[in-house]
Amino acid sequence: MSKTTIPEEEYAYPGSTGCPGCGANLVMRYLLKGLGERTVISIPACCWAVMPGYWPSHCLKVPLVYCAFEATGASISGIRAALDMRGERDVTVVGFAGDGGTVDIGLQALSGAAERQTDAVYVMYDNEAYMNTGIQRSGATPWGAWTTTTPVDESRGFKQEPKKNVMAIMEAHGIPYAATVSVGHPEDFVKKVRKARDVRGLRFIHALSPCPPGWRMNPMKTIEVARLAVDTRIFPLYEIDEGVLAITRRGKGKPVSEYLSLQGRFGHLTPENTAEIQKVIDARFEALEARAARKNLSPSFTQLA
Amino acid sequence: MRTVMTGNYASAYGAKAARAEVIAAYPITPQTSIVEKLAEFVSSGELNAKFIPVESEHSAMAACISASVTGARTYTATSSHGLTLMHEVLMWASGARSPIVMTNVSRAMAPPWSVWADHMDSVAQRDTGWMQFFCESNQEVLDTVLMAYKVAESRDVMLPAMIIEDAFILSHTSEPVDVPEQSQVDTFLPRYDPEMRLEIGRPMGFGSLVKPDLYMEFRYKAMKAMESSRERILKVEEEFRKTFGRSYGGLLDEYRCEDAEVVVVVAGSAAGTAREAVDAMNERGVPVGLARLRTFRPFPEDELRNLAKKVRGIAVIDRSYTFGAAGAFYTELCGSLFPLRERPVVKNYIAGLGGRDITPKIIEKIIEDIIDVSERGEDVEPEWVEVKGLDRSWQ
Repeated sequence: MSKTTIPEEEYAYPGSTGCPGCGANLVMRYLLKGLGERTVISIPACCWAVMPGYWPSHCLKVPLVYCAFEATGASISGIRAALDMRGERDVTVVGFAGDGGTVDIGLQALSGAAERQTDAVYVMYDNEAYMNTGIQRSGATPWGAWTTTTPVDESRGFKQEPKKNVMAIMEAHGIPYAATVSVGHPEDFVKKVRKARDVRGLRFIHALSPCPPGWRMNPMKTIEVARLAVDTRIFPLYEIDEGVLAITRRGKGKPVSEYLSLQGRFGHLTPENTAEIQKVIDARFEALEARAARKNLSPSFTQLA
Repeated sequence: MRTVMTGNYASAYGAKAARAEVIAAYPITPQTSIVEKLAEFVSSGELNAKFIPVESEHSAMAACISASVTGARTYTATSSHGLTLMHEVLMWASGARSPIVMTNVSRAMAPPWSVWADHMDSVAQRDTGWMQFFCESNQEVLDTVLMAYKVAESRDVMLPAMIIEDAFILSHTSEPVDVPEQSQVDTFLPRYDPEMRLEIGRPMGFGSLVKPDLYMEFRYKAMKAMESSRERILKVEEEFRKTFGRSYGGLLDEYRCEDAEVVVVVAGSAAGTAREAVDAMNERGVPVGLARLRTFRPFPEDELRNLAKKVRGIAVIDRSYTFGAAGAFYTELCGSLFPLRERPVVKNYIAGLGGRDITPKIIEKIIEDIIDVSERGEDVEPEWVEVKGLDRSWQ
């Protein structure tokens, strides 16, 4: 058996207040394994604002500053500027926010940080809804999902709008590096984080983060669901490095029903609904593959223009 | 260096002299020339700092907070809508005990649109845990930036400070200003050295969740810090006076109050006009004084109580209005005087909203009015000064 490439050092200690089977716990764990100890983090309102523990407890081996919900992009710019003034250029600054804090309320500050080319790694751990407040829809909630604010009843059910494409939004800022990662593929995860660490400018990591209570799933199946997201290609693993897109895991191309059926939030979907989702996934993956095959520069990736 | 400059340049020169290390700002009329000047200083290398051109005022304050927690001396400037957009993060700044210094060019809130002087923006931030210094002159603006850093960064305070200069009246009017020698400033205000900061090797959470068993203790400590600032402001001002030869009267700047029978209470640039009116009336034999609110937070309660014991009438001019109540300076002053067994008559005058001039004539009329009502000793309602359609003329 080949040796794992994941560092053995732990920077996230036991004691987080995350739920059983929490994907976000693993996102933080793998992220810090990839970045190492010379890292500082900014966290807005989200599950991880609570998970490090009540004051004065702190389950991370790195320092962290909390910021207002919509302010992560600004916060990392402030930390970076202050560290640069102190000559601590080698320290990695991380913004670590949920999907709502990124694609909804925090999008403006993130866009500003990207445009200013803030030298930092921004991680969006995506549990596809406002989970800390109790499962309300966000702009990152996928079409078809139940949440407490997209209830399923006889007249109208589930979320009617597709998930916001945050990778495309970030790519459009011409940032040097963006990647999707999954807690079901830790080696790919850590490799991308390492790569992001060594690039200058604003780097973006989109981490799929299964949420057992919010997804209405068995907490024992976090890894299985995370892997199925990749294997069914509903969440493909890829990176956009200097404007060039590469798929890092093609996945097995399993039917999406295998992924959906493990989650109660999709329990109401009809076979027709599932077929519709499958159609979108297939078309999207085909486009992704076509772009990866061309190896051409993203039209929005520009150095100076 | 003695030169002629606007209030906005006085702010910028103050931040430069203080050697602010991180400046994050977003443009808004009439604050813009502050950040333009600072961007120039940073770009030319005259000021060794990072300038973060943020995409909103909310982000300006959020960036300042995180930079401050990381150990940098930070500065920003804003006005009206920018300040009120910051409201959430203003509370964050004081909760984080970040000694940020910010200039607010006090301007009216829309609608209807107005870019002119008005205190509603500043007054609406009184509960955010910031110290608030209202300035009367451009020299005071520059000097107060320096003093504010020293007070804010004192270990017994560690709270942010807001320097308030009236839109256009100070921000865009040029006055002679003495820019202090850098070496003297460096001695007066050494480099910011916080007890703790976001630091590699010291894994701590800044701003972590606390349960109900501890939240009140954090608030209690912030309250004690704000109380400490009263003494600290006086001490720092005394030190400033010894070094630079200027001072501004502490929390409540009293002028000709010794033998006054009535006093006018006002904040900001209108105090300069009130001085003229007070002088003119004293020359005519009317015993009147001026008490300028230099700080609104902390509120000069003791100073006002001591003053109230000596006079029979107090006219409080508010350049803003708290709907459903009265002017905030007035209600707070009344609250401060309540414990006194005997109180003078206090009347509220709402004047100068949205940049309307508060002329010497208006202030004289206000003084005549307060003399009149204090003689009659009657209860009085807030009075709106010089409003079209009302019978009473104040000119």
